[in-house]
Amino acid sequence: MKERSKGRATPLDRLLLAPYSVWAVIFILVPLAFVAYYAFTDNNFRFTADNIVKFFTASSEVEGREVRTYLLIFWRSLKLAVISTVVCLLLGYPMAFIIARARPRVQKTLITLVMIPMWMNFLIRTYAWMTILQDTGILNGLLGAVGLGRMHIIGTESAVVIGMVYDYIPYMIMPIYSVMAKMDVRLIEAAHDLGCNNMNTLRRVIFPLSIPGVLSGINMVLIPSISTFYISQKLGNGKFFLIGDAIEGQYVANNLHFAAAIAFIMMIVLLAAMALLRKLADRSVEGGV
Amino acid sequence: MKRASRIYTALIMLFLFAPIVILLIFSFNETKSLSVFSGFSLKWYRELLRDRDTLGAVRNTLVLAVSASLISTVMGTAAAVGMHKLRSKWYRAALDTVTNIPMINPDIITGISLMLMFVFVGRFFGLATSLSFWTMLLAHITFCLPYVILQVLPKLRQMDPALPEAARDLGCTPLQAFFKAELPEIMPGIVTGLIMAFTLSLDDFVISYFTQGNGFQTLPIRIYSMTKKTVTPKMYALATIIFFVILTLLLISNLTDQDDGEKHKAKKN
Amino acid sequence: MKKIFAIVPALALAVVLLLSCAGCGGSTLTLNVYNWGEYISDGSEGSLDTVKAFEEWYQKEYGQKVRVNYDTFSSNEDLYAKLSSGAVSYDVIFPSDYMIARMINENMLLPLNYDNIPNFEYITEDFRNLYYDPQNQFTVPYTYGVVGVIYNAKVVDESDANGWDLLWNEKYSGDILQFNNPRDAFGTAMYKLGIDVNTTDKADWDAAQAELLRQRPLLKGMVMDEIYNMMASGEAAIGTYYAGDYFTMLDMVDESSDNVDLRFYYPEPTNYYVDAMCIPSCCQSKELAEIFINYMLSEEPAVANAEFTYYASPNSAVIHSQQYAEDMGEDFMEIIYPPMDSFRNNYQAYAYQNLDAETLAYINELWEKVKIN
Repeated sequence: MKERSKGRATPLDRLLLAPYSVWAVIFILVPLAFVAYYAFTDNNFRFTADNIVKFFTASSEVEGREVRTYLLIFWRSLKLAVISTVVCLLLGYPMAFIIARARPRVQKTLITLVMIPMWMNFLIRTYAWMTILQDTGILNGLLGAVGLGRMHIIGTESAVVIGMVYDYIPYMIMPIYSVMAKMDVRLIEAAHDLGCNNMNTLRRVIFPLSIPGVLSGINMVLIPSISTFYISQKLGNGKFFLIGDAIEGQYVANNLHFAAAIAFIMMIVLLAAMALLRKLADRSVEGGV
Repeated sequence: MKRASRIYTALIMLFLFAPIVILLIFSFNETKSLSVFSGFSLKWYRELLRDRDTLGAVRNTLVLAVSASLISTVMGTAAAVGMHKLRSKWYRAALDTVTNIPMINPDIITGISLMLMFVFVGRFFGLATSLSFWTMLLAHITFCLPYVILQVLPKLRQMDPALPEAARDLGCTPLQAFFKAELPEIMPGIVTGLIMAFTLSLDDFVISYFTQGNGFQTLPIRIYSMTKKTVTPKMYALATIIFFVILTLLLISNLTDQDDGEKHKAKKN
Repeated sequence: MKKIFAIVPALALAVVLLLSCAGCGGSTLTLNVYNWGEYISDGSEGSLDTVKAFEEWYQKEYGQKVRVNYDTFSSNEDLYAKLSSGAVSYDVIFPSDYMIARMINENMLLPLNYDNIPNFEYITEDFRNLYYDPQNQFTVPYTYGVVGVIYNAKVVDESDANGWDLLWNEKYSGDILQFNNPRDAFGTAMYKLGIDVNTTDKADWDAAQAELLRQRPLLKGMVMDEIYNMMASGEAAIGTYYAGDYFTMLDMVDESSDNVDLRFYYPEPTNYYVDAMCIPSCCQSKELAEIFINYMLSEEPAVANAEFTYYASPNSAVIHSQQYAEDMGEDFMEIIYPPMDSFRNNYQAYAYQNLDAETLAYINELWEKVKIN
């Protein structure tokens, strides 16, 4: 970025930037201000911190223990989202690597195949997973047919994770692939020439170079999976209550201000977490190369 | 490709396409069931083709995705070009941060925040309805924009900065220089951005759920509201048709590419 | 590689341009209708396409084109959230009783001009002036029904199949489905315990919550429309939903299967509900809305809707229709229209009523605690 274009910003360039700048203020910043405004007011729009306090203090009894309701919900959502993201990364990274190393023709076909499911409605795809994962579903039918017994998946954390991984894995594969595809083949050859075996090349050369793609993949999987409420409803048999369910539930119950408070806190936490992640990644990139 | 790679690819594809095979099969089911296949029938396709409201929802979804992706691509590209040449560090850092916000914010927050603003503005001006097709469009453009910008910016950085200058030295106006020299260079990024915007908008449920107005219902919201009576194989039939339309389009575009289709098949892993 | 993807949006644009002109032309009136998903006869399987039929009928009758924008919502609360924020504007809506009471309370509904709705005469005496609209100024009932229990006789012993206890029977742990919305779920526990479902006494709600928490480990899931597939495929064996839905589930059962034999009964006491057509205060063309409501009451569309939804109709034109009774069959008529001393009395005693904001917030809090366990 340091050797950025020396070209001077012409009036034309400033003109080009103007619509987006205005847009970003009106449709990105102002709405967030509204979230904050609603989060810190009551139903009559009088200032209060009650909603925020409630998020941190509301408690209930779970399995005989007193817990902080919303912190628990948040923790559970985070846990499932992190598991899903890790699984996406573990499954998606090799896939992206294979695609990037394939012949151009094959690359094109494979990337197309990865993207196709995204063009079909996500609610319908999730419904199809119910058909597969149910106790009386296709998977158990197949397992039964080959004499492997049954697996109870639907309604468990595994089912929710499967649903999230399925829906978001293209978002992991795509950015990693596009970074890898641009990688200089000569670097890898050089590593081989210098005596690196495949594993070492991957660890020392390819992985550090692919970190930007990995980061953007993590971002694009973690963020939607932390807030989903449809997947947990359908594949969790309604037995999971995640932070997305909490926000949607409060919205439907007409507690807009508390919904905004949950959203506000989640937003702060995520912004901080992503900033931290980026810092750490920057450091590791520097150290790695 | 090596054997291990092939097996791995096959497994991932199996995972990605298993639900699609399922919905393809069940779209031909005789009964309403999505879990028990009782007999072959084309009735859900007939039902779908005469279901005006569902087809209308498909049309709305497409109208929204097409307009949102086109507008965000044009605006996002312009913004990226402007951002690239920006010299004020402060302005640039601010724009970078703001652009990242919609990507770091879960869609439920983007949806709620826009809804709160639209409703507030609507009340403020005493409008009968504060949500409509237009608010939904604004919302979709907003969450598509960063993806376009982040696709175009790297292409600008990769571009030789001497290129537009050379064009101007050769007598081009700044506008001509942009269209003749810069645009072709960054075109791949623009196209990827357009595709991403289109895909995201097409598949979005959460933001639409919070910002939908009356008279403009999109497919995901229609499906979500089928709570009294359940989702029927009609929706699977719809998904199957979409699948084959995309497949056909991809095949056509493959055939029109320089290589012929036969060769491609032979090479396929 | 990029080119191939670019074709898809381009083609989509072409399709959109082609389609978007389908509704153009002339001075067309617009009627915005907001109903539950899949809650109107839509022309599937040879039925009447009610909305289209109305458009044609209106043009013939009044010589003017009308276009009905038909949108759907997923729950009463969803409808309320959308309307109360002023986010949307509709001309005709189909809320349930307790939500109607709340909306009338908050001046969200307009009184109807019954002169424009002469077909209101078909509404039988039992369904007029119910608690939510005592003077019958705001509503025209659309459907009504009773919540019942559906069970799979291949799994559940006939002797266990009675009352609400079946949903708490540990013998069937892992086979039971509960509603995934607070009001209905609490309702089942309260009917079981003999608590008034409209109590404002927090201790009563706490008791119901304890009952739900006791049930929680026995549940297969907390579901809404997923129940259809789960019951019909034998995935779950016990569930509770609205009476007519039992027949929708029967339609979905694979006849060759010998694992599923769905039966139905009414627990005592249970929930009675009415869904009615109303005009919200944001209505843009009230007279047209009333004409639409009136049309929905006339025999042909009313019968078509009753046959489509499988719910009971408060419309005498439907109840006395020979065609309807024949189409639906005896089993159906017996279950959907059970003999009752007085619908009005049962309804008055057991229907959900609107609760004050404080109680609603309290229920919501209790519900979240049930869900996170």
